[in-house]
This record gives sequence, C-alpha cells and structure tokens, in this order.
Amino acid sequence: MAVDQALQGLDNLELGPRTAGRRAARLARKTWAAAWPKLLAIALVLLAWQLVHLTGWKHLVLAGPSTVLSDLWQMAQHGQLWAAVGVTMKRALLGYVLALIIGSVIGVLVARIPPLRAALGSIITGLQTMPSIAWYPFAIILFSQGTAAILFVMVMGAAPSIANGLISGVDYTPPLLLRAGRTMGLRGVALYRYLILPASLPAFVAGMKQGWAFAWRSLMAGELVVTIVGAPGLGVLLDTNQSNLDFAGATSIIIVILIIGIVVDMIFTKADTALRRRRGLLESAGST
Amino acid sequence: MTSPAQAPGTSPASASSDDTVAVRLTEVSKTYGHGPSQLLALDRVSLTAGEGEFVCVIGASGCGKSTLLNLVAGLDTPTSGEVDTSTRRVGLMFQEPALFPWLSAAKNVELALRARGVPRTDRREQTAELLETVRLSDFGDKRPHELSGGMRQRVALARALAQNADVLLMDEPFGALDAMTRDLLHDELDRICAQRSLTVLFVTHNVREAARLGDRVIVLSSRPGRVIAEHEVPRRGQRRIDSPEVAHVAAILTDRLREEMGRHGS
Repeated sequence: MAVDQALQGLDNLELGPRTAGRRAARLARKTWAAAWPKLLAIALVLLAWQLVHLTGWKHLVLAGPSTVLSDLWQMAQHGQLWAAVGVTMKRALLGYVLALIIGSVIGVLVARIPPLRAALGSIITGLQTMPSIAWYPFAIILFSQGTAAILFVMVMGAAPSIANGLISGVDYTPPLLLRAGRTMGLRGVALYRYLILPASLPAFVAGMKQGWAFAWRSLMAGELVVTIVGAPGLGVLLDTNQSNLDFAGATSIIIVILIIGIVVDMIFTKADTALRRRRGLLESAGST
Repeated sequence: MTSPAQAPGTSPASASSDDTVAVRLTEVSKTYGHGPSQLLALDRVSLTAGEGEFVCVIGASGCGKSTLLNLVAGLDTPTSGEVDTSTRRVGLMFQEPALFPWLSAAKNVELALRARGVPRTDRREQTAELLETVRLSDFGDKRPHELSGGMRQRVALARALAQNADVLLMDEPFGALDAMTRDLLHDELDRICAQRSLTVLFVTHNVREAARLGDRVIVLSSRPGRVIAEHEVPRRGQRRIDSPEVAHVAAILTDRLREEMGRHGS
C-alpha cells in the first residue's frame, strides 16, 4: 500500500542515518576531552602551592607539595589510614541511608497531604540553611558523646534536601502528563506509582546529591567535635595531626576527605546524567 | 452536494435517533472564575456525534475547543447542561503526544492497557497489535525522544486506542506536525477509524484539515463558544486534502469563520 510505504520512508528519513564510528576511538577522545581541564587545574594548584612554599612564607610549618604527597604515599602504605577511611565510610553510609529513608517518607507525606505541607514546607527549607555544626551541642546533650550524635546531625543536615527534592519533583510533574494519566484511568496509588514518582525521579536524584554533600560535611564536623571511644575515623586522624602541628599529615587527610567527597559526587552526577539522557533531556553531543 | 450552513439552535441534521448517538451535548455551558473576572467559555452548546461518525469542530481562538473536549472526556464538569457519552469509553489525544519520557514506546502503550486492568499475559500481544496498527512495530523499544514528531503522535494514537475507546477525542493532534507528515497521518487516521468504527470528535483550527477528515464540521463562535454553523461533508471514497471538493468546503467554512472574526474586530 502506497501510504504505508510513504510513511515508512518518512520515518526513516526523519530518524536520519545511524552514526557508525569506531566506538573505542570515540570513547578515548571523550575521556581525554573530559580529563585534561581537570588535570590542568590540579597542576596549577600544585604550581601555586610550590611557589608559595618557595617564597618561604610560614616556612616553619608550611610544607611543599612534594613533602605532603610523599607523606600521603607513606600513609597509604599503612593500615591506619585505610582503617580510618573504613570507619568513616561506614558512618557515612549508615547516616546517609537513615537520612534517605527519613527524608523520603517526610517528602512523600508532605507532598501528598496539604495541611502537612502548610505546616512543614517552610520548616524543611529553613532546616537546610541551618549550619550542621550548630546542631552538635544539642545532639551531644541529647545522645551524649558517641556515634548516635553524629548520625542525628547527619540526618538533620541531609534529610531536608532529600525531602525537598522529592517534593519539588512531585510539584513539577508536567500537567499535560497528569492529564494524559487521568484520561488513561490512573488514579490514587497507581497515579503515584506509574506517573508522579517516575516523573519526579530527576529532582529526587538532585536532592539526594545535595543531601550527600550535607551528610558528608556534617560527618566531618562530627568526627572533629564528638569524642568516640574506639577505632578512629578520618576526623580523629586530622585532630591528632593538628595537636602534633603536623602540617603534611593534616593536609594529606584533607586531600583524602576531598577525594572521597568528589568521587561520591561524581557517582551521583553520573546517575543524574544517565537518567536525563534516557529521557532525552540532554543533547547527545552536549555538555558531557 | 453540500447542505447549507444551519442557523444555531436548530436540531442537528444527522444522528438523531438515540441508539446511534455516541456523544450528546445538550445546552452545555461552562463558566470559569467568579464575579467580574468571570469568563463564559461555552454558551449553551448542543451537538451530537453519531456512532462511527467523524465530527470536526473548528473555531478561532477563544472558542472553548479544549474546554469542550475536557467536558466530554469527563476531566471537567459543565456549569449547566448535560454531557452524555452513556457507557462508551473515551480516549483523549492532545496536540503534544504527552508520552511518558521514561518509558519506551511499547511500554507507554502497555501502561494504558495496565491502567484498565488487562491481564499481564494479554498485554504484550495487544501492545504489539496496537503498534502494528500505527505501523510502528519496529520502534517499540525506542524512547519518545528517539522518535520523530509524527511517530510520537502515532504512539499517542496507539495509546489512546489502548484505552479501548469507542470515542476518540482529538485536540489538534496534528497541529505541530509538518504538512507532509500530517497528510499521511490523515490517511492513516481514516483507515484506523474505518477499521475500528470509531466515533471521533476532532478539534482543529485548520479548515482544510476539518474538510478533509470530517463527515460533519461544526463551527464555533469565539468568546463565548457557541455553535454557529454545521456542515455536512459528503463522503465518497478516499478524500484528498488537495481535491476540489475539500477546497470547496474549506472555502465555505473559511468565509463563515472570517465573518465571525470580523465581529470581534474594530
């Protein structure tokens, strides 16, 4: 049938030819394009640091990059650093999962129940502006010195962001899709399960990413402020270095903390990008 | 060959006996807002669409076309008057495809089946059949953003059909497409409607499209929307958008619409 053929031809024309390039070469080019600005930035920081070191400013304490990096290398050979990373990451995971559960439950409830939103909406946003360190006196009085105090502050820091991400996702579900869903006969729980929750996923992931940043900051502050008997975390190592006036040691720990923060953030960014690409919200040759 | 445009208020020429009427609107009015900012969108609109009939509704901006479809779809309730689709299932299609971007084309269609409770075992088969109907069998696993505008709109049509609708409401469904694609989709829609004996209420502001597709064309006035004319289009085999018959009907409708727009001028 003629219409059939014309339609098929039009479909093929509109979709355009498949790009047939060598995947390995494309991947290598993309990796390099993404990597070189970062490598350059690191090189510039090291250079500036080295220059400051050469001026002899605070030369009694300020070690140069080579000293710090070899110190870091030394630490990496020993078990203590890795044990501390293990302790800290276990806390990070526990605190974040708690914040995720509590934040999601509050988010769903506030999004669904209007009086609750009127009551809690602005409080949740307000909580986000609260500096986490300010919670510690409160948390230590309430839970005394220990992991519970840290977890409490992590939840107070991260849960509002996670809840807010979910709420804004629900709020910004496109009205046209809601209309389409209702026409289909999606109501109540099914409307949430098949339409509103999937539609709010990108905003939820953005909230989760922000929540991670808050949780990580709260945890680091907590490990410096709260005394915990037992295996030391990264914060305790940092604290010990400060007491010993060990600049190279302290800087090494800071670098480790920074790297962990960046790596986790990259994982969230990857998840976010993959999600947006699947939905066609990124141009294929876009910013990545 | 064409009946003269009727005066408002007179009974529609066709589809008067009850068992053959799929959609009946009786003196339907719809107002939005209250007090001085009140807006009368539809004013005592009466119209019917017979079983298997293709009714086009045209009008300039502000004629309440979308309000009309929302009322028939049951997404909104009239301020006064009555909307009767009896027990028929109503499917709705918009100018935008409104597909769920996180689902593939096939999953989009399948969700409509799931929403009306089709058991899992039957869903796959029915989805394949519906995609075949809109000639997209090869594209079921593509996501909406990987398809062209015309293809997306065909997925949306398959999804509307998946609602097992006997009445299809279409709100300028081809308005955002290029002329060539639209022309092909007109043929497709003709074929699918005949195959499934669908009743269609098709809203457009494209006069030629209305003349090409409709068995009957209803002209609405603007602000408020009232039925100001009805026009029968004789159906003799396959019509083409560039045929003299269609052009003739389109000319009559255009004149009527200009007259109406002139009322709002100066």
